[in-house]
Amino acid sequence: MRKPWKPGILGWSLVGVAVVALVLAGLDPSTAQTKNPIKIGLGMALTGGLSANGKPALMAIQIWKDDVNRKGGLLGRPVELIYYDDQTNPSTVPGIYTKLLDVDKVDFVVSGYGTNLIAPLMPIVMERKLTLMGILGLANNEKYKYPNYFQIQPAGPDPEANWATGFFELAARQNPKPQTVALVGADAEYPRNALPGAREWSKKLGMKIVYDKTYPPSTVDYTPIARAIKAVNPDVVFVASYPPDSVGMIRAANEVGLQPKIFGGGMVGLQYTSVMTSLGPILNGIVNYDFWAPEPTMMFPGIKEFFAEYQKRAKEAGVDPLGYYLPPYAYAAVQILGQAIEATKSLDQQKVADHIRKTEFSTIVGKVKFGQNGEWAKSRVLQVQYQGIKGTDLEQFRGPGKKIVLYPEEFKSGTMIYPYAAARK
Amino acid sequence: MGPVLVALAVLAGGILLASLRVNPYIYFAGYVVLQYIVIATAWNILGGYAGYVNFGTPAFFALGAYTAIFLMEAYKAPLPVLIVAGGLVSAVLGLGIGYLTLRLRGTFFSIATLALSVVLQTLIINWDFVGGAKGFTVIRPSPPFFGNWALLLFTVMVGMAAAAVVVARFIERSWIGRGLSALRDNEEAAECMGVPTLRLKLFATTISGFFLGVAGAPFPYYVTYVEPASAFDLNYAVNALAMPMIGGTTTWIGPVIGAVLLGTAQQVATVTISSELNLLIVGVVLVFFVVLAPEGLVGLARRLRGR
Amino acid sequence: MFSWDLLANAVVAGVLLGGFYAAVSLGISLTFGLLDVVNIAHPAFVVLGAYMAYMMNTAFGVDPILTGVVLMPVFFLVGAAVYRIYYGSFERRGEEALRGLVFFFGVLFIIEVSLSLTYGVDYRMVEAGYIGKSIDLGGVGISFRLLVPFIVGLVMTLALHLFLSRTFYGRAIMGVSQDRLALRLMGANPVRIKTIAFGIGIAAATLSGTLLIAIAPVVPSTDRDYIGRVFAITVLGGLGSIGGTLVAALILGIAESLMATFFGPSWSLAVSFGVLLLALAVRPAGLFGR
Repeated sequence: MRKPWKPGILGWSLVGVAVVALVLAGLDPSTAQTKNPIKIGLGMALTGGLSANGKPALMAIQIWKDDVNRKGGLLGRPVELIYYDDQTNPSTVPGIYTKLLDVDKVDFVVSGYGTNLIAPLMPIVMERKLTLMGILGLANNEKYKYPNYFQIQPAGPDPEANWATGFFELAARQNPKPQTVALVGADAEYPRNALPGAREWSKKLGMKIVYDKTYPPSTVDYTPIARAIKAVNPDVVFVASYPPDSVGMIRAANEVGLQPKIFGGGMVGLQYTSVMTSLGPILNGIVNYDFWAPEPTMMFPGIKEFFAEYQKRAKEAGVDPLGYYLPPYAYAAVQILGQAIEATKSLDQQKVADHIRKTEFSTIVGKVKFGQNGEWAKSRVLQVQYQGIKGTDLEQFRGPGKKIVLYPEEFKSGTMIYPYAAARK
Repeated sequence: MGPVLVALAVLAGGILLASLRVNPYIYFAGYVVLQYIVIATAWNILGGYAGYVNFGTPAFFALGAYTAIFLMEAYKAPLPVLIVAGGLVSAVLGLGIGYLTLRLRGTFFSIATLALSVVLQTLIINWDFVGGAKGFTVIRPSPPFFGNWALLLFTVMVGMAAAAVVVARFIERSWIGRGLSALRDNEEAAECMGVPTLRLKLFATTISGFFLGVAGAPFPYYVTYVEPASAFDLNYAVNALAMPMIGGTTTWIGPVIGAVLLGTAQQVATVTISSELNLLIVGVVLVFFVVLAPEGLVGLARRLRGR
Repeated sequence: MFSWDLLANAVVAGVLLGGFYAAVSLGISLTFGLLDVVNIAHPAFVVLGAYMAYMMNTAFGVDPILTGVVLMPVFFLVGAAVYRIYYGSFERRGEEALRGLVFFFGVLFIIEVSLSLTYGVDYRMVEAGYIGKSIDLGGVGISFRLLVPFIVGLVMTLALHLFLSRTFYGRAIMGVSQDRLALRLMGANPVRIKTIAFGIGIAAATLSGTLLIAIAPVVPSTDRDYIGRVFAITVLGGLGSIGGTLVAALILGIAESLMATFFGPSWSLAVSFGVLLLALAVRPAGLFGR
């Protein structure tokens, strides 16, 4: 029997030294001492499930920083960006933002990307009464109703319901009006938020729900689901899915010949260039949500220059090469923050927040005004339809013509092809 | 009584550190490291002492967290109740899994724990009362001490870490520990010598589960937003393995050393280098230790001192 | 909304899926079922194979399965090397229970994270002639995307079965799993036999990975979905029985497909693993186990 080992002085001092060394290393805020910069801090999903969007978002914010610094900075001071990787893991958020605020001593914080990463940040900003620009999260402020929170996602005043609004309004306008609806989505946070909105709309429009199920996100094969939906022959199919399932559903629907009159709605991932080029022509006819499309109606001031710079950097960084989804919004979020700081000539959290709340901003994604709970006063979730895609070449997606904006009216850039089957020929 | 006094002294030290209110970041980072001390120690009671590898650490941890959430939502229960309940529920899970599989070979137990996380995660995803896939937002009441949740949770975790270590040390030196060690070396021989192997194994699984659950129970308060994907994060499984492996699995101090070193390194890495590289390093270090230094740092130190 | 049509389709889809699951599980059946090496890193090799196929497909337009077949010798050697490390560090010293498991877990982790670092976490897919087509046989649709991996899976199972029963090395592997001492007395080196077997197992894993990416998009963390599945299948089928693995894989495929079609897919994953836990509790030898 071994005698229980006591670490002794040597052992303990070894441990102690190691700990102290590591802690000191971590705490040392290595700031490039330029002339008193304004520091903006954030955590961002650079690794993990959301990094495919997180990395472009960070790049967009960096482009803004460079743009601002080229024009002389904010309030005459250069802007410095301090960021850490949140690994798409909400439990890193308290630690990261505490370090940003208490060790790096940033002047303003911006959120990370995604509902799950913004959620743990809310109590921290509320406790310290900070202004927070949120980067694409769904309904983070519903429970808290914190006045200094502002969300750049254009979901509008009732974010959960509005996801499906455009899609169902388009459906309702068709003649003859669709009668039956199939709802399907992944067992995960976003679809769980989006599907109730779709259900509400179906009831409001008097459509009968003939299929309403969810599937586990790790599903490999979507053909059983597509077949089950086809079996009930719905007029409308609304899907709330994440990228892998979006691809799986579309491919499965294509294989089993599922052709409702209108198909799509809430599929995340179709906005990514890699998904568009991979699916190619089988995307034709799908009506889906989006935030931006390279159509003439969406060319706001500054956006062309932004994409020129983004696409140059994206090529080297190996991220989404076109960036037509999240990046302009990330840029707009910090653009608004910068404009507010300049307008109030201060770094005071409350003054800046008050200014943001009552001003209509002109950004690279157009005019932005915030309303209740920090969401957009008016929803601008687009509904687009993929038309005329041939083959899988990337270049066809760079310019207008393949992703037609159908909704809302003021950004409409073409006519809808209805029913879905007609677009598939 | 000696170790208990030391534990109390550590707890007092923690309270003192909290009331000093130094840089808040220390409390956030410190919480995570202390949490890992509890997790690593708990894992080691079954893995190191008994030799049964539990890959399902996330299941036990998350169960503690979700038990807390359930009680918060249903009964507005205070923190001490949440902790005890979280521990008990995870203990029952440990007992259950143990009862199902410990009569078979160790590898079956390990495989069962792999599957356990997936099953539990699916159940939680479908349970809307605790937030399901959407996640659960915790609205924290006013903290009863310190006026600041970070400080309070830090102190609580110091207490937990001290308690876990005291219990592990007690087990190690008692007849239970000797029995576990015997069955780890050769289960059949231990059986023949009259060691009640099944009961010891069940005991170890239950205690291990208890402390894993206890480590998970304050997690909702710490992070204020809990969703299944990150509560069941595979990192808990890897770290629960790596920390005792690095520190040394045969004694109570191994997991502590491993947790402090690896945990601190990871906290630092989160705010410095790329965190994926950090994950890769954990994997490489784990394999390195398992292949070349299976007795961990404790074992290396022993060999250096010529014992 | 039950209909015979739907049932038939669900069963057929399940059978096709099962063939694929069998391909993925063959390696484990060999290394764990016969050799008692708990290689938890197996699914990571599957995903590694998928990424190899992706690379060859995007760079040169090579069909994924062709990549798999061509790369088999390479991964055979990789598997052999891994086994040697495992053997030298653990098996020889009799410490494989704890340390071996942890070793493979570490390898799984390293492979997964390395893939993340190299390829990022975007979903990767491949293009091939048969992806997207399907044929209709009397009301039952069969998609080629599933059919081709199914056929390959059957071929792999048959090939492995023939190898184990007809060739010298195959029978030696069966021998090693039953009685190591007797084998030595017959002049064969058990370590060498096991190395070969392990190499075959890893080669099978990577081939099945190329099938995986033909069926669905892949990310580095896809391996975690399969850890439970492959062990569930191997245990259910019975350790040491290749045929049992095939049967169990078909059962699991059909069960998942039926659940998805009739009860909603939410619970199918948990059901599969619930079956595993029950099997372990009630009949650990599995259906055809020795």
